[in-house]
Amino acid sequence: MEDKNVNIIEVKDVEMHFNMNKEKIDSLKEYVIKLAKRQLMYEDFVALDKVSVDVKKGEVFGIIGYNGSGKSTLLKAIAGILKPTSGSIRVYGTIAPLIELGAGFDLDLTARENIFLNGSVLGFSKKTISDKFDEIVEFSELRDFLDVPMKNYSSGMVARIGFSVATMVRSDILIVDEILSVGDMLFQQKCEQRINALMQGGTTVLIVSHSLEQIRRLCSRVLWLDHGKIKMLGDTKTVCDAYETGSLVN
Amino acid sequence: MLAHIETFKKYKYLLKNLIMKDIKLKYRRSILGILWSVLNPLLMMIVISAVFSNIFKFSVANFPIYYLTGSTLFNMLSETTNSAMMSILGASSLIKKVYIPKYIFPLEKCLFGFINFLFSMIAVAIMYVILGYPVYWTALLFPVPVFYTLVFAIGISMILSALSVFFRDIIHLYSVLLTAWTYFTPIVYPQEILSDKIKSIMSLNPMFHYVQYFRDVLMYNTVPGFEENLICAAIALGTLILGLLFFKIKQDKFILYI
Repeated sequence: MEDKNVNIIEVKDVEMHFNMNKEKIDSLKEYVIKLAKRQLMYEDFVALDKVSVDVKKGEVFGIIGYNGSGKSTLLKAIAGILKPTSGSIRVYGTIAPLIELGAGFDLDLTARENIFLNGSVLGFSKKTISDKFDEIVEFSELRDFLDVPMKNYSSGMVARIGFSVATMVRSDILIVDEILSVGDMLFQQKCEQRINALMQGGTTVLIVSHSLEQIRRLCSRVLWLDHGKIKMLGDTKTVCDAYETGSLVN
Repeated sequence: MLAHIETFKKYKYLLKNLIMKDIKLKYRRSILGILWSVLNPLLMMIVISAVFSNIFKFSVANFPIYYLTGSTLFNMLSETTNSAMMSILGASSLIKKVYIPKYIFPLEKCLFGFINFLFSMIAVAIMYVILGYPVYWTALLFPVPVFYTLVFAIGISMILSALSVFFRDIIHLYSVLLTAWTYFTPIVYPQEILSDKIKSIMSLNPMFHYVQYFRDVLMYNTVPGFEENLICAAIALGTLILGLLFFKIKQDKFILYI
């Protein structure tokens, strides 16, 4: 068996700064005018402040916090979408990012075409997608609509396809950002079963959610972020309880 | 370097898919579909050569072919660079959601432009037949100048696509620049009308070399010598390296501006 104590994600002293210029300057003229008026003020916004955390292989790791506390920023940094201003992030394995479902869908294309497009966006080979194609279609329950342009789909149907593609191939790490709230209730249950099955298979899962109930049910360890800093890191019950009392006080 | 090649291999299929998507969407819902890729340039060429052959016939022999070869190659440059310039901005929703090597996007637009160019070449071949212009064996060498131009265009595209993220002005500026560039390259007018001084300035224009090379093999039954090849290759490679470096330095900041 694989060693359960191996770090699969190592986040070390990560800081993420954004230039929060009040107005976005993206033309040369604006830039020169602002420069001349000495209005080029950048307000440094720290989205993540010295965050260090290790995630072990096979863990289901939850991240909680209020809006704007840096949860999504941390996930995006781990997924490689954002590059941290300082600090380092090491990831040992493949990542399936479910930060938003259906990245790269072109709604003018049919579902069939989009499955291949979306799969390749996630870095899968043609063979992998072809092999899994039937399984993907089966899971989404949308076989009858395969050759319909996706602009005629409802948003729930789009999400079904997106979820099916992203979870069909076993990745080492699954990143889930608030997406379990898509689709109807039956499909939500199906999604959760799917994630559970992946977890059984040893996939490491990172979950961001505002539903504490969901976090309690799924996670083994939880990180509480507050204004970009780690407020608490520990086992699910302790952190969730503290978070709940904290919320009540506020 | 090795890691770069590995990642490229992994995303090769994505590159292919994106190109296929562009091709499919370009003529989707038209009755003739993909046939338009050849038909469109062909009809354009027929119109243009009908118009121009009556105006310029005194100065250049076989003006239609002279014009078509020049403009087809230059069109590849303008189409690739123009669409690549917008590629990063256009892919913003994707870049914000998943990790993909970002150079894929300008590269994809360049390859798409290249494929369109190949369709146009079929139209050029048809024009050769229509106009009854002789075909020389040197015509087989036409991929050489096309390759130089494509590499050069990819280099320019890397710079433009990265720049446009930070300064949108470049989008408007470049369309003007491109028009100026067209007239600064002997496409509609014969080279012979240029004075030596202008000609020597013009030799600083990479497209001047590529268009001339292209015509040499397609029209004039000549093969440019070693020195000319060296100049063409050096410009292409130099631009590519410069473009890739510039792109690499800037790419981590894209996400903050798109």
